[in-house]
Amino acid sequence: MQVERTSTLEVRTPEDVVKVRQEVRNRTAAVGFSLVDQTKFVTAASEIARNTIDHGGGGRAHIETIVRTGKRGVRLIFEDQGPGIADIKLAMQDGYSTGGGLGMGMPGSKRLSNEFYVESALGKGTKVTLVRWKSS
Amino acid sequence: MEQIPILKVGRCLLVSIQIDMHDKLAMALQDDLTQRLVETRARGVLIDISALDLVDSFIGRMLSNIAAMARVLDAQTVVVGMRPQVAITLVELGLTLTGIQTALDVDRGLALINRLIDADGEDGAGGAH
Repeated sequence: MQVERTSTLEVRTPEDVVKVRQEVRNRTAAVGFSLVDQTKFVTAASEIARNTIDHGGGGRAHIETIVRTGKRGVRLIFEDQGPGIADIKLAMQDGYSTGGGLGMGMPGSKRLSNEFYVESALGKGTKVTLVRWKSS
Repeated sequence: MEQIPILKVGRCLLVSIQIDMHDKLAMALQDDLTQRLVETRARGVLIDISALDLVDSFIGRMLSNIAAMARVLDAQTVVVGMRPQVAITLVELGLTLTGIQTALDVDRGLALINRLIDADGEDGAGGAH
């Protein structure tokens, strides 16, 4: 896999979430995503960016244009140094929430992505990776 | 300070969200609307989201909260103008927008709200649901 372009944004304030949404919108549009696919991935990014702030105490988002076996896509990596997720399987269930939210953020974002990975260790933070490919 | 304007039109409060709201602004809108409902004794809330290119779980929850609070204050809420790509994404995200009535555009939304208010009784006396 080849990374064509990366930008890194701070994710600390509600305004930063809006900036992440705008950058993901611009990037998916530049790669040629349909309007529906752009909206899906921007929404997924918004959910995970908010988690980074609410659960991770803030962190960073890397927004990458990627190419793999001729396919182009966008990869988002959200990293924080927060408390980590105790039970990733539980966190991925619809309706499970520790933050007073709807519990839709993680499972919903996974449905809105083609690939979705969570790495987390208690006390060491969380890294969430989302990939969506341009549909041919 | 950023603020989303709330207009009183007849028996209704009309809100058109024209910007990509961050979460604090969404919370402020929720509070402002509740306060204006009490001040104006409006019977309906019409929220136009035709300019929104995204409704995530936070904005969805804000819309549901507004509808629930309006209900308690004897007012009906109708959300209008959702873009098709936003609707598709909402369903896949898993949001159901509990308690929210929707209409395609402002005209139909106003007609719906007026029907709901009339069905509910002019002074709210028939408010048993």
